[in-house]
Amino acid sequence: MERRTFLTTAAIGTAAAATGLSLPAMAQGKKAVIGVSIPSATHGFMGGLNWHAQDTIKRLKATYPNLEFVLATAGAVGKQVNDIEDMVATRNIDALVVLPFESEPLTSPVKAVKDAGKWVTVVDRGLSQAGIEDLYVAGDNTAFGRVSGEYFKANLKPGAKIVVLRGIPTTLDNERVEAFQAAIAGSGIEILDMQHGNWNRDKAFSVMQDYLSKHKKIDAVWAADDDMAIGVMEAIAQSGRQKEMWIVGGAGMKQIIKRVMDKDTQIPVDVSYPPALISTALEVTALNFVSATPVYGRFIIGSTLITAENAAQFYFPDSPF
Amino acid sequence: MSDSTRSDPARADLARADTARPSLAARLPGLSALGPLLALILLVALGAYLNENFLSAGNVTNVLARSAFIGMIAVGMTFVITSGGLDLSVGSMAAFIAGVMILAMNALLPSMGVGVPLILAGMGIALGAGLLAGLGNGLLVTKARIEPFIVTLGTMGIFRSLVTWLADGGTISLDFGVRQLYRPVYYSGLFGIAWPILVFAVVAIAGQIAMRHTRFGRYCEAIGSNDKVALYSAVNVERIRLMTYVLLGLLVGLATIMYVPRLGSASGSTGMLWELEAIAAVIIGGTALKGGYGRVWGTVIGVLILSLIDNILILADLVSPYLNGTIQGVIIVLAVVLQRSKSSA
Repeated sequence: MERRTFLTTAAIGTAAAATGLSLPAMAQGKKAVIGVSIPSATHGFMGGLNWHAQDTIKRLKATYPNLEFVLATAGAVGKQVNDIEDMVATRNIDALVVLPFESEPLTSPVKAVKDAGKWVTVVDRGLSQAGIEDLYVAGDNTAFGRVSGEYFKANLKPGAKIVVLRGIPTTLDNERVEAFQAAIAGSGIEILDMQHGNWNRDKAFSVMQDYLSKHKKIDAVWAADDDMAIGVMEAIAQSGRQKEMWIVGGAGMKQIIKRVMDKDTQIPVDVSYPPALISTALEVTALNFVSATPVYGRFIIGSTLITAENAAQFYFPDSPF
Repeated sequence: MSDSTRSDPARADLARADTARPSLAARLPGLSALGPLLALILLVALGAYLNENFLSAGNVTNVLARSAFIGMIAVGMTFVITSGGLDLSVGSMAAFIAGVMILAMNALLPSMGVGVPLILAGMGIALGAGLLAGLGNGLLVTKARIEPFIVTLGTMGIFRSLVTWLADGGTISLDFGVRQLYRPVYYSGLFGIAWPILVFAVVAIAGQIAMRHTRFGRYCEAIGSNDKVALYSAVNVERIRLMTYVLLGLLVGLATIMYVPRLGSASGSTGMLWELEAIAAVIIGGTALKGGYGRVWGTVIGVLILSLIDNILILADLVSPYLNGTIQGVIIVLAVVLQRSKSSA
């Protein structure tokens, strides 16, 4: 509580100077400190994101000796709020790069950082109040669904039957599914079934087993996630129906990208939603402190179709994801 | 049921005090015991009515094989709960054991080569890890005298974060060649019955015998019913309690042995919420959560009910997928209400 009050008082003093574009108050020879707060590696995508964050920080430190980074990973919302407060209080950060665990509870702590005159970059999950961050870097869930849908539309005949696996019920998942449905509208493709696989291999495996006993003919599967695609593939292999249908996952897991590269007919393409978007956020934030490049605004990373031709640029064999 | 008059009548009677009824009825499962069975039969009838593929060999195999992991764990959990304990760590433990097993097999691969000995080594490691994990839980409960809820809540977090750390936040995958050799352990079987189903059946039958016809089972009920009286009756309470956790650990290891060949991988999300499913199955089956009475065959029915609900909801398309959890919750509560109201009558 005391710390919060301290922050606000400090903010009043510097607020006038810090409004609009916060110019790096960096005297010659002084290092700029960039605080990075991200959720810990609880599942594949976040694991990849953590790996890319560490990898990028290592590279940026080597490239720009006058930049310093403080990385904190949090397993819960409360921990993330504490991390951010500690960064401001003890490490005197000049910028904060944050992937909020949840939008609502992180909004006021991040706003306090902004009010203290620091540069704020928000990654992937927006805050619930507009205009706090200097820079917003995120993937594009609508494009994720649309690109997948367009591939289905282009590669299936009217009357084709598909099944869909959804993620954990969230707005993010809804955006993807709605965009997918909009993209295949009017194509004559019939969605036989749509159930939640919770972005989990085991759950996707059993949901797909049930789809296979229920439907005699399935032409394609939109697994909507690479972890789920792996569970789906196993269920299809068990039923011996590999020749009947192809699968499109999503995100860009290295095992799936490898299959796309190797022209696996069962997984013809993948749709990107790269965990490396944290690298974009870090690189662009760093630019603000080492150059006069204007980097404020919104940076939306498109979801692209990964095919055998361009797969190599999405393949990170060292990443855990 | 003649066992109750054999070696230690006092304790066994004590354990069954709340279900005591005339001798004729004692020979048959009581009406209350039939509650979950009735629910299972109703579910099967409903499934068959809603979808013609429900009773196909393929679907039945899928459901039973899927139930096998939770099933084996739930049988072990029945003994832990019957003796008045609880284990929240089993889901995380399964994930951790799967991770250790896969890493060990990948590490042994260069020296042992792809072959049956490597698979057997992996299985041995899984059982060993399960034994040690169960022993750890059991010692903390019995020697350090910490509440089982707290001990296993702690180890639940520890195992979960260890597997995430081992996987570097990603997924641990079994070497492709080994996987091909190991795969049939989940996908093929004997006389057309898949291995996980066979192993689950053996575990369930052995568990039923252990609970009803051995000293170990009777001691579990006696301790869960009143550990002071059990202690004064010369039952080694600590040793039996420790044994229930070790047994559960071993069964988690066994479940992992059947689980790993399915997807050949483990990650931080493996075995999520298995502990709650196992505990729910035990309670649906008629075992008392406060201990003192255990029914292994009921647990098996509880496990089948849980996997059938999931299966039917997907096969039938009855409600919005958002409501699946609601239906599951209602059926779980109903299955328990059914037996409670009858047993109090």
